[in-house]
Amino acid sequence: MTPSTTFQRPRRIARLGTVFVDIIVRPSGAIGLTLVIAHLVLALIAPFVVPYDFTEMNATLVMAPPSSLHLLGTDHLGRDTLARTLMGGREAILVTGIATPLAVMWGGLVGIFFGLAGGKLDEVLMRIVDAFLSLPWILKMLVLIVTFGTGIEVLIPTLAFFYGIPVIRIARAATHDVVARDFVQAARARGHSKITIIRQELLPNVRDALLVEGAMRWSWMLLAFSSLSFLGFGVSPPTPDWGLMIADARGFMSFSPLGVLAPMVGLSSLIIGINLTADALAKALGIDRAQKAPV
Amino acid sequence: MLAMLFRRLGLGAITVWLVSIIIFLGVEMLPGDACTAFLEREAKGKLLENCREDLGLNRPALTRYAEWAKGAVQGDLGVSAKGQKPISELVGYRLRNTLLLASGAMLAGIPLALFLGVVSALWRDRPVDIVVSTLAIFAMTIPEFVSATLLILVFSVWLGWVPGIVLTPANAPLVEFFPEVLLPITVLTLVMTAHILRTVRSSVIEALASEYAQMACLKGVPYWQMVFRHVLPNALLPTINVIALTIAWLLGGVVVIETVFNYPGLGRMMIDSISDRDLPVTQAIALIIATVYVGVNLAADILTMLANPRLRTMHIRKG
Repeated sequence: MTPSTTFQRPRRIARLGTVFVDIIVRPSGAIGLTLVIAHLVLALIAPFVVPYDFTEMNATLVMAPPSSLHLLGTDHLGRDTLARTLMGGREAILVTGIATPLAVMWGGLVGIFFGLAGGKLDEVLMRIVDAFLSLPWILKMLVLIVTFGTGIEVLIPTLAFFYGIPVIRIARAATHDVVARDFVQAARARGHSKITIIRQELLPNVRDALLVEGAMRWSWMLLAFSSLSFLGFGVSPPTPDWGLMIADARGFMSFSPLGVLAPMVGLSSLIIGINLTADALAKALGIDRAQKAPV
Repeated sequence: MLAMLFRRLGLGAITVWLVSIIIFLGVEMLPGDACTAFLEREAKGKLLENCREDLGLNRPALTRYAEWAKGAVQGDLGVSAKGQKPISELVGYRLRNTLLLASGAMLAGIPLALFLGVVSALWRDRPVDIVVSTLAIFAMTIPEFVSATLLILVFSVWLGWVPGIVLTPANAPLVEFFPEVLLPITVLTLVMTAHILRTVRSSVIEALASEYAQMACLKGVPYWQMVFRHVLPNALLPTINVIALTIAWLLGGVVVIETVFNYPGLGRMMIDSISDRDLPVTQAIALIIATVYVGVNLAADILTMLANPRLRTMHIRKG
């Protein structure tokens, strides 16, 4: 029998490759990943390819129908709808793209730590997490935003903080599944410190759950971000943003339905793309996402 | 059994108590108080002092918390900063209207979700399942304000079937909210159905693959009898909790939907109170929503416990 020391873990890059292939071969994964990558590329190159200035107003062309100059027409201030739609995801992707990893990191670490520590402290923490989760997200966000303003520097930490709280729960549950296993007991018996156990034994086992959780958090954060802009508590005009554009164009949608439809397609395709990718990722990693409640 | 029931009740009470502390501290940390909001620009010097004196805001925070909590337990939620009306009076009709919205969505959504979830699980990976699951992803992920705006555009602007905006005042009799309430209920139903359906589907699939289902098959139990007698009871029980969580979670979505449709419910009142910085009202609504959330989850836990013999007798087996 070969001694266990000769056992080679699959190289990390090789494993990433397998997971990637596993995502791509599923129809949902292929469509989802294409949508997400298209949006990311678009967000990067939009300022260079969009022919119009998205703030340029034209009083003679208010709510114009589609024409060869303005393919999707213009909005109520005579700004080009297509240009604004193409630019409309940049702020959202920037804010949520920074806030999501932050949320997963802090929520994940706290959850793993308390899952490992257990005991009274863990009980108390879970009650506090429950208490936070029982308040609707929009209330928590709004109170902070109304107080501290709606800039990126407020939105990123606020989103990262509140969306990290449910991650604590997921990470803790995933840790509990692992903690009782033999290899963690063995590491404890060997006298490893908590930090070492977390880094070498727990993180590699919890990472998959956290990855899927991160993808889900991203889509929910986007939903929150655009809902806030829609309600008038997000980015401030004239920054083009899908939520804000829908809110602006809503009053005129009987005259120019394209004004609401274009940003709707932009926002929905990104969120659906992320969700399809998350679904495929979960299946590729062997985690059943549908079993989880939407908290 | 009884001990477990009391334990759950105790945990629920503790959660509500913690929420009340979070709400109180959160509002306490905000700059300004009910008086600066009420007096606005004139808030300085003697006037401010007097106002704080009147409302008792210059007493220590702990005393005020104790008083607020005591009032809330007895159903007295304080007085609004704007208009100086008792909040319990203001909230009454709004809560009723939101409940109309929520119960409409539940009545339509839960049976629909159970039916579609079971169907798509039994015909897994067939056309029915693919269509239902894809639609569910759409309904679940598209933000409420997008689907709401789309429905208004199609059914109200283009087809003209139902009004797209609610103009009925908050205290009108419930009947007058028809047909205006139909579109908001539809949006809420869409999201809720999608969430519950996905859980039901994966729960049923799991039960179909279980050993007792295989056993029943091997014993020669007819397929449909196996489904109805062995699979569904086991598969649907855990969904009670998810239904509860979904309902509670949707309270956040209700806020957006009510704003889109101008519906006079608790959610829009919350947004208004935050924009107006009417902090006592915000506090009160937060407490109500959190209590509903905890209550719904508690009810689901107890229901699951009562319906599941394994949980009901757990303490006996533990010894």
